Amino acid sequence: MDKFRILDLLELDLKENDALDLSCIGGRPGLVREITVPAINRPGLALSGFYDNFAHQRIQIFGRGESAYLRKLAKEKKADTLEKFFSYEIPCCVFTSNQNPTDDFIRLSGKAECPLLQTGLSSSDFAIRLMRVLGNVFAPKKVEHGVLVEVFGIGILIMGDSGVGKSETALALIERGHRLVADDVVEIRRISGNILIGTGAKIVSHHMEIRGLGIINITHLFGVGAIRDKKQVQLIVHLEEWDSSKTYDRLGESENTVEILGVQVHYLLIPVRPGRNIPVIIETAAMNERLKKMGYYSAKEFNKNVSKWLESESARAAFLDDK
Amino acid sequence: MKEKEIIIKNRSGIHARPAALLVRTANEFSSRIFIEKDGERINAKSIMGILTLGATYNTVLRIIAEGNDEVKAVEAIATLFENKFEEE
Repeated sequence: MDKFRILDLLELDLKENDALDLSCIGGRPGLVREITVPAINRPGLALSGFYDNFAHQRIQIFGRGESAYLRKLAKEKKADTLEKFFSYEIPCCVFTSNQNPTDDFIRLSGKAECPLLQTGLSSSDFAIRLMRVLGNVFAPKKVEHGVLVEVFGIGILIMGDSGVGKSETALALIERGHRLVADDVVEIRRISGNILIGTGAKIVSHHMEIRGLGIINITHLFGVGAIRDKKQVQLIVHLEEWDSSKTYDRLGESENTVEILGVQVHYLLIPVRPGRNIPVIIETAAMNERLKKMGYYSAKEFNKNVSKWLESESARAAFLDDK
Repeated sequence: MKEKEIIIKNRSGIHARPAALLVRTANEFSSRIFIEKDGERINAKSIMGILTLGATYNTVLRIIAEGNDEVKAVEAIATLFENKFEEE
């Protein structure tokens, strides 16, 4: 991953309940400092002079308590503990609830080129939002070669070797009213524990390469209704050339999964052969996936009915034998 | 597996035309071919993949091939880069 700097944090496009409401009030040259760990620290202990295990590499949060303590230090004209504080390489200091740093603090942070940020949010609110933002930034990431589409609300990652017809299948799905998230290069992040979110690369977003046509712009051709920026990866459909020596699933009773970034994702292996309408098969797979999410498993229910019928038939046969 | 590190010598970097040329060359081989930039690996048989690398002048790339014709594949692709994609 590229370095994530304070500047990048300030430039993130966060809205409403994600907004961090940050402004820089000092130490501008330090905005290029890097955030290396997704963690925060309340520097109360350090300010009181206890620097053992001081987590200086974290973002330091100054709430009302810390700010009041800084004012007390200023009144007592004690600057040495602050000098020690800024001798550490700190990514940035954030003053919450619109608290203002003391003059000493501004002077020393300027000398150390440590950015001073201010937010109107309360410490607890800011901490929760910041952790959420950093959680996403530092989320484990992986690039997969495939096409991510949304079909009936299910995020499907179509995979397979080059030339098997992934893009053509996706194009047919878009033409049938479904949505393209990313073609060819799908960046997957694992956020909030078990959720895999797929997005496309910015430069080529919502363009597709179709052999014989070249590069096409899906947004211009099919409209904004045909695209999405990101979507959870819920099903993987692997296309492969029909291999007659291989046995493909005929019942669909067992559920196969593959692991992406430690999360198990449902997986279907679909053989491609002239005459097989892959987009329709994928649409059906999406609907079947929705049924499963609602608790209805077509294959299992069918098997249950067959078993019940066989049981009643053998009971009937036994009854007739008795007579 | 065969690997080779190369530096992009054409000033305009890898835009659409060089990318297409690269993909065409890569597709002549049965090996699985990848191009790596800063630890990010993409499939060399995909135009979109190559374009997303954002490979500019003087970028260092690593060509990786795995398969029967891996040696030839890496050589053919490295030659493309050395010839500046027949551009300059």
